Amino acid sequence: MSQVHYLKTPLTDEDVMNLKAGDIVYLSGVMFTARDAAHKRLVDLIENKEELPFQLDGAVIYFVGPTPPKPGEPIGSAGPTTSYRMDSYSPILIKHGLKGMIGKGKRNQDVKDACKKYKAVYFGATGGAGALLGKLIKEAEVIAYEELGPEAIRMIRVENFPVTVINDAYGNDLYEEGRAKYEVKD
Amino acid sequence: MREIAYEDIVKAVKNMVLHTATNLPEDALKKLKEAHEKEKSPVAKKVLEQLLENAEIARTEKRPLCQDTGLAVYFVKLGQDVRITGGLLKDAINEGTEQGYIEGYLRASTCDCFTRENLKDVIGYNLPAIIHLDLVEGDKLEIAYAAKGGGSENVSRARVLAPAQGRDGVIEFVKSVISEAGPNPCPPIIVGVGIGGTFEKAAISSKYALFREAGEPHPDPAVAEFEKELLYELNKLGIGAMGMGGTETVLAVHVEKHPCHIASLPVSVNVQCHSSRHNHITL
Repeated sequence: MSQVHYLKTPLTDEDVMNLKAGDIVYLSGVMFTARDAAHKRLVDLIENKEELPFQLDGAVIYFVGPTPPKPGEPIGSAGPTTSYRMDSYSPILIKHGLKGMIGKGKRNQDVKDACKKYKAVYFGATGGAGALLGKLIKEAEVIAYEELGPEAIRMIRVENFPVTVINDAYGNDLYEEGRAKYEVKD
Repeated sequence: MREIAYEDIVKAVKNMVLHTATNLPEDALKKLKEAHEKEKSPVAKKVLEQLLENAEIARTEKRPLCQDTGLAVYFVKLGQDVRITGGLLKDAINEGTEQGYIEGYLRASTCDCFTRENLKDVIGYNLPAIIHLDLVEGDKLEIAYAAKGGGSENVSRARVLAPAQGRDGVIEFVKSVISEAGPNPCPPIIVGVGIGGTFEKAAISSKYALFREAGEPHPDPAVAEFEKELLYELNKLGIGAMGMGGTETVLAVHVEKHPCHIASLPVSVNVQCHSSRHNHITL
């Protein structure tokens, strides 16, 4: 049965190992935003053994390209983007300490294997709920690659940000399990 | 000859863009509520609940429904007794689009396809808009608009089938596209299907099909029947809201059909996410 967890970031190995595909998690604390272009730069930095703009150990990355903030607000609408575009970069980040990713849509086998091997988890947030999710981001600050606009890396602080475990560290996949349960075969 | 001023078009388009970014249209909202009532999976039901809450927050607090505020797509019907004064129609639509996207704090999402450089400082903020223009009878200017997100566009497909594959071949193709798409296009989705014409006619028809009020059947009863059959078949896939498994995957299927070449059976599937932001104005 699906469980509900309230977790603080950064995540520990123990946090990750307690999660199972289908569990609902409310995340609070600091996370980092990054999309395709920022991921490419992070991986280049790792390959060149250069310093990253934030501490990867235990970190959670949110795949999002928010709308511009209105005056006086930390961020605009901020729902997840489709995650497969990060598939070629995520395993390297997981190997270097990344514990959680938030996005929407399927991941490839390499990402699932990396989650299992290095104890990490892939969360799904509700795509298209940008107004709702943006409101749960209490602070946001661009910490790298400002020139990338919506694709810049932001440090964000969230409160009870609702996500669902899609791929856990045991090799389970909610997309496959959930669908198999409701598929009507002829 | 009736005259319509360039500036009036700019203003009307801008207002439509602004309104549509934060107000989920009634038809889409109604379909989401129906799906929420019918959904059997508790996980998917929870997602649908969030989507309804999101629509309410967006409307009351004027926040964009989704951070992907889309590329601006227009189907324009220009009455041939209309003359635009003060500038070009396409420029007016682009200018209204740009103003709306800037004023609404919407996202600039157009880029060069190879360098990926954002075009906001090159061509304009979220420009160019995609404009399909049709010249029609009368002295009115009708502009239908959709803010089309990237996630659902990425899973859309077109193929030219062999005539022998027929109706069943079309069903099989549409099913394969939606099955492969799974959670990626943000289900529950609306599926536009363009059948017949030529390769590009099918693709444009499948987009045009998405501009219809969600769930409104095609006027031809045979096509409407086909839409129902496709809807039933697609919901058997079990994908559910955000792909987490469930009974409500597709809110509506809209089919547009055209005669085609004796050698071909073109078919195109254009997917619309649940945030079906569309609107229209008549000047």
